[in-house]
Amino acid sequence: MDPQAAKFLGAGLACIGMGTTAIGVASVFGQYLTGALRNPSAAAGQFNNLILGFALAEAFGIFSLLVAFLLLFVL
Amino acid sequence: MAAAANPIEQFEIHEYFPVVNIAGHQIAFTDAAMFMVLAVVLTAALMLGATAGRRLVPTRMQSVAELLYEFVATMIRSTAGEHGMKFLPLVFSVFIFVLIANLVGLIPLSFSITSQIVVTASLALLVFFTVIIHGLWQHGFRFFKLFAPSGVPVVMQLLIVPIEIMSFLARPVSHSLRLFANILAGHVTLSLVGSFSAMMIAGFGVIGWFGALLPLAFAVALFALELLVALLQAYVFAILTCIYLNDSLHPGH
Repeated sequence: MDPQAAKFLGAGLACIGMGTTAIGVASVFGQYLTGALRNPSAAAGQFNNLILGFALAEAFGIFSLLVAFLLLFVL
Repeated sequence: MAAAANPIEQFEIHEYFPVVNIAGHQIAFTDAAMFMVLAVVLTAALMLGATAGRRLVPTRMQSVAELLYEFVATMIRSTAGEHGMKFLPLVFSVFIFVLIANLVGLIPLSFSITSQIVVTASLALLVFFTVIIHGLWQHGFRFFKLFAPSGVPVVMQLLIVPIEIMSFLARPVSHSLRLFANILAGHVTLSLVGSFSAMMIAGFGVIGWFGALLPLAFAVALFALELLVALLQAYVFAILTCIYLNDSLHPGH
Protein backbone atom coordinates (compact mmCIF):
# COMPACT_ATOMS: atom_id res chain seq x y z
CA MET A 1 0.00 0.00 0.00
CA ASP A 2 1.07 3.53 -0.67
CA PRO A 3 2.50 4.93 2.63
CA GLN A 4 0.56 8.16 2.12
CA ALA A 5 -2.70 6.21 1.79
CA ALA A 6 -1.86 4.17 4.88
CA LYS A 7 -1.32 7.41 6.80
CA PHE A 8 -4.75 8.73 5.88
CA LEU A 9 -6.38 5.39 6.66
CA GLY A 10 -4.67 5.37 10.03
CA ALA A 11 -5.86 8.88 10.78
CA GLY A 12 -9.40 7.84 9.90
CA LEU A 13 -9.19 4.75 12.07
CA ALA A 14 -7.89 6.81 14.98
CA CYS A 15 -11.09 8.83 14.86
CA ILE A 16 -13.12 5.73 15.83
CA GLY A 17 -11.77 6.38 19.31
CA MET A 18 -13.54 9.73 19.32
CA GLY A 19 -16.85 8.02 18.64
CA THR A 20 -16.41 5.67 21.57
CA THR A 21 -15.53 8.66 23.73
CA ALA A 22 -18.83 10.20 22.76
CA ILE A 23 -20.54 7.14 24.31
CA GLY A 24 -18.50 7.63 27.48
CA VAL A 25 -19.23 11.34 27.79
CA ALA A 26 -22.90 10.76 27.07
CA SER A 27 -22.96 8.13 29.79
CA VAL A 28 -21.42 10.55 32.29
CA PHE A 29 -24.01 13.26 31.62
CA GLY A 30 -26.87 10.80 31.24
CA GLN A 31 -26.21 9.11 34.56
CA TYR A 32 -25.82 12.50 36.21
CA LEU A 33 -29.18 13.65 34.88
CA THR A 34 -30.84 10.41 35.94
CA GLY A 35 -29.50 10.84 39.45
CA ALA A 36 -30.21 14.57 39.52
CA LEU A 37 -33.86 14.12 38.53
CA ARG A 38 -34.38 11.49 41.20
CA ASN A 39 -32.78 13.55 43.94
CA PRO A 40 -32.48 17.18 42.79
CA SER A 41 -31.31 18.40 46.20
CA ALA A 42 -28.14 16.27 46.01
CA ALA A 43 -27.38 17.24 42.41
CA ALA A 44 -25.49 20.47 43.09
CA GLY A 45 -23.03 18.69 45.37
CA GLN A 46 -22.03 16.31 42.61
CA PHE A 47 -21.25 18.97 40.01
CA ASN A 48 -17.49 18.73 40.67
CA ASN A 49 -17.58 14.97 40.14
CA LEU A 50 -19.56 15.51 36.95
CA ILE A 51 -16.93 17.83 35.53
CA LEU A 52 -14.15 15.51 36.65
CA GLY A 53 -15.80 12.47 35.07
CA PHE A 54 -16.43 14.41 31.88
CA ALA A 55 -12.82 15.52 31.64
CA LEU A 56 -11.46 12.03 32.36
CA ALA A 57 -13.70 10.47 29.71
CA GLU A 58 -13.15 13.23 27.18
CA ALA A 59 -9.35 13.04 27.47
CA PHE A 60 -9.21 9.74 25.60
CA GLY A 61 -11.11 11.13 22.66
CA ILE A 62 -8.64 13.99 22.59
CA PHE A 63 -5.80 11.45 22.63
CA SER A 64 -7.15 9.72 19.54
CA LEU A 65 -7.70 13.07 17.84
CA LEU A 66 -4.08 13.84 18.65
CA VAL A 67 -2.98 10.59 17.03
CA ALA A 68 -4.97 11.53 13.93
CA PHE A 69 -3.35 14.97 13.83
CA LEU A 70 0.10 13.48 14.30
CA LEU A 71 -0.48 11.13 11.38
CA LEU A 72 -1.83 13.88 9.14
CA PHE A 73 0.54 16.73 9.83
CA VAL A 74 3.66 15.60 11.66
CA LEU A 75 4.73 12.14 10.49
CA MET B 1 -6.66 25.69 -4.83
CA ALA B 2 -4.46 27.18 -2.16
CA ALA B 3 -2.74 24.67 0.04
CA ALA B 4 -3.77 24.79 3.69
CA ALA B 5 -1.17 26.25 6.02
CA ASN B 6 0.34 23.63 8.27
CA PRO B 7 -1.70 23.84 11.49
CA ILE B 8 1.18 22.47 13.58
CA GLU B 9 3.35 25.46 12.62
CA GLN B 10 1.89 27.62 15.41
CA PHE B 11 3.56 25.44 18.06
CA GLU B 12 7.08 26.05 16.77
CA ILE B 13 9.35 27.71 19.28
CA HIS B 14 11.35 30.71 18.11
CA GLU B 15 14.46 31.89 19.89
CA TYR B 16 14.71 35.54 20.82
CA PHE B 17 18.23 35.78 22.18
CA PRO B 18 20.71 33.27 23.62
CA VAL B 19 21.25 33.29 27.37
CA VAL B 20 23.85 30.68 28.31
CA ASN B 21 25.75 27.88 26.62
CA ILE B 22 25.88 24.71 28.73
CA ALA B 23 28.03 21.86 27.36
CA GLY B 24 27.41 22.78 23.74
CA HIS B 25 23.66 23.25 24.22
CA GLN B 26 22.45 26.71 23.51
CA ILE B 27 19.90 27.79 26.14
CA ALA B 28 17.97 30.67 24.64
CA PHE B 29 15.16 32.95 25.71
CA THR B 30 12.29 31.72 23.52
CA ASP B 31 8.71 32.81 22.99
CA ALA B 32 7.67 29.93 25.27
CA ALA B 33 9.85 31.41 28.01
CA MET B 34 8.43 34.86 27.34
CA PHE B 35 4.83 33.69 27.69
CA MET B 36 5.69 31.79 30.87
CA VAL B 37 7.17 34.98 32.31
CA LEU B 38 4.06 36.81 31.11
CA ALA B 39 1.80 34.32 32.91
CA VAL B 40 3.77 34.72 36.14
CA VAL B 41 3.79 38.53 35.85
CA LEU B 42 0.04 38.63 35.14
CA THR B 43 -0.67 36.35 38.11
CA ALA B 44 1.54 38.38 40.41
CA ALA B 45 0.01 41.64 39.22
CA LEU B 46 -3.51 40.30 39.75
CA MET B 47 -2.92 38.85 43.20
CA LEU B 48 -0.53 41.46 44.60
CA GLY B 49 -2.28 44.42 43.02
CA ALA B 50 -5.71 43.25 44.13
CA THR B 51 -4.72 42.57 47.74
CA ALA B 52 -2.43 45.59 48.19
CA GLY B 53 -5.19 47.65 49.86
CA ARG B 54 -6.50 44.82 52.09
CA ARG B 55 -9.84 46.52 52.52
CA LEU B 56 -12.52 45.08 54.76
CA VAL B 57 -15.05 45.87 52.07
CA PRO B 58 -13.27 44.48 49.01
CA THR B 59 -12.82 46.41 45.80
CA ARG B 60 -13.76 44.74 42.56
CA MET B 61 -10.28 43.33 41.93
CA GLN B 62 -9.90 42.26 45.53
CA SER B 63 -13.13 40.27 45.36
CA VAL B 64 -11.82 38.54 42.22
CA ALA B 65 -8.72 37.51 44.17
CA GLU B 66 -10.84 36.44 47.15
CA LEU B 67 -13.15 34.42 44.89
CA LEU B 68 -10.17 32.63 43.35
CA TYR B 69 -8.74 31.90 46.80
CA GLU B 70 -12.07 30.60 48.10
CA PHE B 71 -12.55 28.50 44.97
CA VAL B 72 -9.20 26.75 45.35
CA ALA B 73 -9.56 26.43 49.13
CA THR B 74 -12.99 24.76 48.76
CA MET B 75 -11.59 22.44 46.10
CA ILE B 76 -8.79 21.30 48.43
CA ARG B 77 -11.05 20.92 51.47
CA SER B 78 -13.56 18.79 49.55
CA THR B 79 -10.95 16.46 48.01
CA ALA B 80 -8.02 16.29 50.44
CA GLY B 81 -9.63 17.42 53.69
CA GLU B 82 -8.45 20.07 56.15
CA HIS B 83 -4.90 18.60 56.21
CA GLY B 84 -4.61 19.39 52.53
CA MET B 85 -4.67 23.13 53.21
CA LYS B 86 -0.88 23.12 53.67
CA PHE B 87 -0.66 22.40 49.94
CA LEU B 88 -2.77 25.45 49.10
CA PRO B 89 0.21 27.48 47.79
CA LEU B 90 1.20 24.65 45.43
CA VAL B 91 -2.31 23.93 44.15
CA PHE B 92 -3.13 27.63 43.86
CA SER B 93 0.06 28.38 41.90
CA VAL B 94 -0.47 25.44 39.56
CA PHE B 95 -4.12 26.33 39.00
CA ILE B 96 -3.54 30.02 38.33
CA PHE B 97 -0.49 29.38 36.15
CA VAL B 98 -2.32 26.87 33.96
CA LEU B 99 -5.45 29.04 33.85
CA ILE B 100 -3.60 32.21 32.82
CA ALA B 101 -1.43 30.28 30.35
CA ASN B 102 -4.51 28.71 28.73
CA LEU B 103 -6.37 32.01 28.52
CA VAL B 104 -3.39 33.99 27.21
CA GLY B 105 -2.80 31.25 24.63
CA LEU B 106 -6.32 31.80 23.26
CA ILE B 107 -5.51 35.39 22.25
CA PRO B 108 -4.93 35.29 18.48
CA LEU B 109 -1.27 35.37 17.41
CA SER B 110 -0.09 34.64 20.94
CA PHE B 111 1.63 31.45 22.02
CA SER B 112 0.05 28.74 24.16
CA ILE B 113 2.68 27.34 26.51
CA THR B 114 0.41 24.58 27.79
CA SER B 115 0.48 23.14 24.27
CA GLN B 116 4.13 22.25 24.89
CA ILE B 117 4.37 18.82 26.53
CA VAL B 118 7.60 19.82 28.27
CA VAL B 119 5.68 22.44 30.28
CA THR B 120 2.76 20.21 31.28
CA ALA B 121 5.06 17.24 31.95
CA SER B 122 7.19 19.41 34.25
CA LEU B 123 4.10 20.46 36.21
CA ALA B 124 2.80 16.88 36.39
CA LEU B 125 6.19 15.52 37.51
CA LEU B 126 6.41 18.25 40.15
CA VAL B 127 3.10 17.01 41.57
CA PHE B 128 4.13 13.35 41.20
CA PHE B 129 7.39 13.78 43.13
CA THR B 130 5.72 15.99 45.73
CA VAL B 131 3.28 13.13 46.39
CA ILE B 132 6.06 10.52 46.69
CA ILE B 133 8.45 12.60 48.79
CA HIS B 134 5.79 14.01 51.10
CA GLY B 135 4.13 10.60 51.45
CA LEU B 136 7.38 8.85 52.37
CA TRP B 137 8.44 11.67 54.68
CA GLN B 138 5.09 11.81 56.45
CA HIS B 139 4.15 8.12 56.59
CA GLY B 140 7.38 6.20 55.96
CA PHE B 141 6.74 2.69 54.72
CA ARG B 142 3.04 2.98 55.52
CA PHE B 143 2.87 5.09 52.36
CA PHE B 144 3.07 1.85 50.35
CA LYS B 145 -0.30 0.82 51.78
CA LEU B 146 -1.53 3.05 48.96
CA PHE B 147 -0.90 0.13 46.62
CA ALA B 148 -2.67 -2.47 48.78
CA PRO B 149 -6.28 -1.49 49.51
CA SER B 150 -7.44 -2.73 52.89
CA GLY B 151 -10.17 -5.35 53.13
CA VAL B 152 -9.11 -7.20 49.98
CA PRO B 153 -8.33 -10.96 50.22
CA VAL B 154 -4.64 -11.92 49.90
CA VAL B 155 -5.24 -13.80 46.64
CA MET B 156 -6.77 -10.70 45.10
CA GLN B 157 -3.92 -8.53 46.41
CA LEU B 158 -1.53 -10.39 44.08
CA LEU B 159 -3.59 -9.08 41.19
CA ILE B 160 -4.46 -5.68 42.56
CA VAL B 161 -1.04 -4.51 43.78
CA PRO B 162 0.62 -4.61 40.33
CA ILE B 163 -2.37 -2.83 38.83
CA GLU B 164 -2.27 -0.15 41.51
CA ILE B 165 1.46 0.37 41.01
CA MET B 166 0.98 0.62 37.24
CA SER B 167 -1.82 3.13 37.59
CA PHE B 168 0.25 5.15 40.07
CA LEU B 169 3.18 5.30 37.64
CA ALA B 170 0.89 6.19 34.72
CA ARG B 171 -0.45 9.21 36.59
CA PRO B 172 2.09 11.84 35.48
CA VAL B 173 1.70 10.64 31.89
CA SER B 174 -2.08 10.97 31.78
CA HIS B 175 -1.98 14.10 33.96
CA SER B 176 0.32 15.97 31.58
CA LEU B 177 -0.99 14.47 28.34
CA ARG B 178 -4.59 15.43 29.14
CA LEU B 179 -3.85 19.14 29.40
CA PHE B 180 -1.34 19.17 26.56
CA ALA B 181 -3.51 17.19 24.14
CA ASN B 182 -6.66 19.20 24.91
CA ILE B 183 -4.97 22.52 24.25
CA LEU B 184 -3.04 21.23 21.23
CA ALA B 185 -6.08 19.62 19.62
CA GLY B 186 -8.14 22.75 20.27
CA HIS B 187 -5.62 25.05 18.66
CA VAL B 188 -5.10 22.74 15.68
CA THR B 189 -8.86 22.54 15.11
CA LEU B 190 -9.20 26.34 15.32
CA SER B 191 -6.37 26.75 12.86
CA LEU B 192 -7.88 24.18 10.46
CA VAL B 193 -11.33 25.77 10.50
CA GLY B 194 -9.74 29.18 10.05
CA SER B 195 -7.81 27.94 7.03
CA PHE B 196 -11.09 26.72 5.45
CA SER B 197 -12.19 30.36 5.32
CA ALA B 198 -8.88 31.42 3.79
CA MET B 199 -9.10 28.62 1.21
CA MET B 200 -12.65 29.69 0.24
CA ILE B 201 -11.54 33.27 -0.39
CA ALA B 202 -8.37 32.23 -2.20
CA GLY B 203 -10.14 29.65 -4.34
CA PHE B 204 -13.46 31.25 -5.34
CA GLY B 205 -12.94 35.02 -5.22
CA VAL B 206 -16.08 37.08 -4.53
CA ILE B 207 -18.36 34.01 -4.19
CA GLY B 208 -15.81 32.68 -1.73
CA TRP B 209 -16.41 35.66 0.54
CA PHE B 210 -19.93 34.35 1.18
CA GLY B 211 -18.73 30.77 1.36
CA ALA B 212 -16.14 31.81 3.94
CA LEU B 213 -18.86 32.99 6.34
CA LEU B 214 -19.90 29.44 7.25
CA PRO B 215 -16.48 28.24 8.48
CA LEU B 216 -16.03 31.64 10.12
CA ALA B 217 -19.22 31.20 12.15
CA PHE B 218 -18.08 27.70 13.05
CA ALA B 219 -14.71 29.07 14.15
CA VAL B 220 -16.43 31.58 16.45
CA ALA B 221 -18.52 28.82 18.03
CA LEU B 222 -15.41 26.68 18.37
CA PHE B 223 -13.60 29.57 20.03
CA ALA B 224 -16.32 29.70 22.69
CA LEU B 225 -15.85 25.97 23.24
CA GLU B 226 -12.09 26.47 23.53
CA LEU B 227 -12.68 29.12 26.19
CA LEU B 228 -14.69 26.54 28.15
CA VAL B 229 -11.98 23.92 27.61
CA ALA B 230 -9.28 26.33 28.80
CA LEU B 231 -11.14 26.94 32.08
CA LEU B 232 -12.17 23.31 32.46
CA GLN B 233 -8.72 21.86 31.87
CA ALA B 234 -7.13 24.24 34.38
CA TYR B 235 -9.79 23.14 36.88
CA VAL B 236 -9.28 19.45 36.08
CA PHE B 237 -5.50 19.79 36.33
CA ALA B 238 -5.87 21.40 39.76
CA ILE B 239 -8.45 18.94 41.08
CA LEU B 240 -6.37 15.95 39.94
CA THR B 241 -3.43 17.55 41.76
CA CYS B 242 -5.60 17.68 44.89
CA ILE B 243 -6.67 14.04 44.48
CA TYR B 244 -3.07 12.88 44.05
CA LEU B 245 -1.93 14.94 47.04
CA ASN B 246 -4.73 13.34 49.05
CA ASP B 247 -2.97 10.00 48.52
CA SER B 248 0.19 11.32 50.13
CA LEU B 249 -1.81 12.71 53.05
CA HIS B 250 -4.07 9.72 53.67
CA PRO B 251 -2.57 6.56 52.12
CA GLY B 252 -4.14 3.17 52.63
CA HIS B 253 -7.87 3.66 52.34
